[in-house]
Amino acid sequence: MIVSRRETWLGRTMLILLMAVTILPFISLFVTALHPSGTYPSGLEWPESPQWSNFVDAFKVADMGTLLWSSFLIEIAVVPVSLFIATLAGFALGHLRPPGARIILVAFVLGLTLPREGVIVPLYYQMRDLGLLNTRWAIILPLIGLYMPFAVYWMRAHFVNMPEDISEAARIDGASTWQMFWRVHVPLSMPALSSLAILLFLWTWNQFLLAVVLVSDPAQRTMAGALGAFQGQWGTDIPLLCAGSLLILAPTLIVFLVFQRQFVSALLQGSLKG
Amino acid sequence: MNQRLTGRASARREDTPALGSPESRRRAIKARRLRRGGLALLLVAPAALAYIVFVLRPMAQSIQFSFYEWNGVTESTWVGLDNYAAILREPEMSGSILNAFQLIIYFSFIPVLLGLFTANTIRGFATSRLAIVSRTVLFLPQIIPLVAAGIMWSWLYASNGMVNQVLEAIGLGGVARAWLGDFDTALPAVGLIGAWVALGLCMLLLLAGMTKIDPALYEAARIDGAGPWREFFAITLPSLRQEIAVCVTVTVIAALASFDIIYISTQGGPGNRTLVPGLEIYRLAFFNREIGQASALAVALMALVLLVVLPLQRLNREGDS
Repeated sequence: MIVSRRETWLGRTMLILLMAVTILPFISLFVTALHPSGTYPSGLEWPESPQWSNFVDAFKVADMGTLLWSSFLIEIAVVPVSLFIATLAGFALGHLRPPGARIILVAFVLGLTLPREGVIVPLYYQMRDLGLLNTRWAIILPLIGLYMPFAVYWMRAHFVNMPEDISEAARIDGASTWQMFWRVHVPLSMPALSSLAILLFLWTWNQFLLAVVLVSDPAQRTMAGALGAFQGQWGTDIPLLCAGSLLILAPTLIVFLVFQRQFVSALLQGSLKG
Repeated sequence: MNQRLTGRASARREDTPALGSPESRRRAIKARRLRRGGLALLLVAPAALAYIVFVLRPMAQSIQFSFYEWNGVTESTWVGLDNYAAILREPEMSGSILNAFQLIIYFSFIPVLLGLFTANTIRGFATSRLAIVSRTVLFLPQIIPLVAAGIMWSWLYASNGMVNQVLEAIGLGGVARAWLGDFDTALPAVGLIGAWVALGLCMLLLLAGMTKIDPALYEAARIDGAGPWREFFAITLPSLRQEIAVCVTVTVIAALASFDIIYISTQGGPGNRTLVPGLEIYRLAFFNREIGQASALAVALMALVLLVVLPLQRLNREGDS
């Protein structure tokens, strides 16, 4: 490709500028977290004596251990169940195609654009009537339902594109539909499944609205919900708030840096299909 | 596909005389198809159940509640369309909807336009080391919770935060202020948080779309003497229809249904300047105990999102064909 030198330099400068704008807020958060607790420092200023102990204090006051455990419990319930039932439905709609498959799919797709605020009020009363308010179930159950439009749509799109020869071969070998599903289709779906798992993990971890409305105890919430409560309680102590925010961000950031290639491709595909 | 499979299966059984006659074969095919249909519906059932109980039923209830006046405890009274009329009448609610539409400029237009521009300038070296590092960096805002973005930026916008520090450093100390507390700047400031979150995703989506365009097209255009502008409008933009539709859809929904960022950074203030429907629904339902009114606004919000997003999907589909 013919690219002039001037254009390359312009491009490089823009990209670096864009990266700087993206990363400076994180740096500001970090250096502020190192100032003495209770002070009111300037936005970007290295402290005279970095207070690394702020992170220990924030870990204690935010009760990070409990928060991590709570988020973990929510994830472990939401992600596998959503993956499993969405894969079953996606397989049925994309591969078996029963009569009415088209209508069922449209019904699911309708939910793709739904703002969570549209159903949050009835969900509150539903959870109250079920006696689940202020328990993790109040986040887990609605989230599974709310993920269905995207997850079913995603898995159907995957199964529709699977070549039919595969199942024909299995059928000739005498496999039942169920065996064919577990032995042939699920193993071949691993890339689609793992991308979906990453997206669901991230959305659950970062879920805020459901946590704030349905669960008042931060120790039963998701990480994002707990962060909201932490801000409400320690919002005036800026260095401590910054340290706490960084701690709450750390797990996702670490997971992201380890699996960044998978994350980037999952998010790009996820928005293209959604 | 059904026919082909069942056809082959019954062909294999041709040696059994009972199944050989056309009548019984037809019956066997029909039975098999029914069985498969039944199995398929059984497999859809768990997902459908979760969807119906936790999405469709609450959705229907939102519509039902919206016709009543109800405080969540005592008897409710039927008020017809009064709650909807109130949305248009009360400046607090109509204002929240207008604010949400204004946020589209920041959440959607800025990231998409800036993303297009940047992606276009770095297209030439999309596979270089710098571009690969930039992928990781630009994705950071996408993986952190919006709440965290809100907390970070509240601090950046504070009167002694980094934004004012930078302004003073470049000699613009005169415009420094507490950005989120000022009536004129609160909404744009909140909007720019959304722009910061969306920019990386939009840029990378558009860049991914651009790398799929055949480089021969650009070479041909250059040989014909087309400048960068002609090139952009004649080749790049038309090929990116689908990606642009996706970026706009995702970000417009984020703008209209925004909640997390506003809740954390301004709580709707100062003086409802940054109030959005999501936050107003939350306030009405859980602080003012006006369930009917909150539900009417929720229904209006769902309808507005559909109204804005559906035409965009048509653009997307036309781009496919």
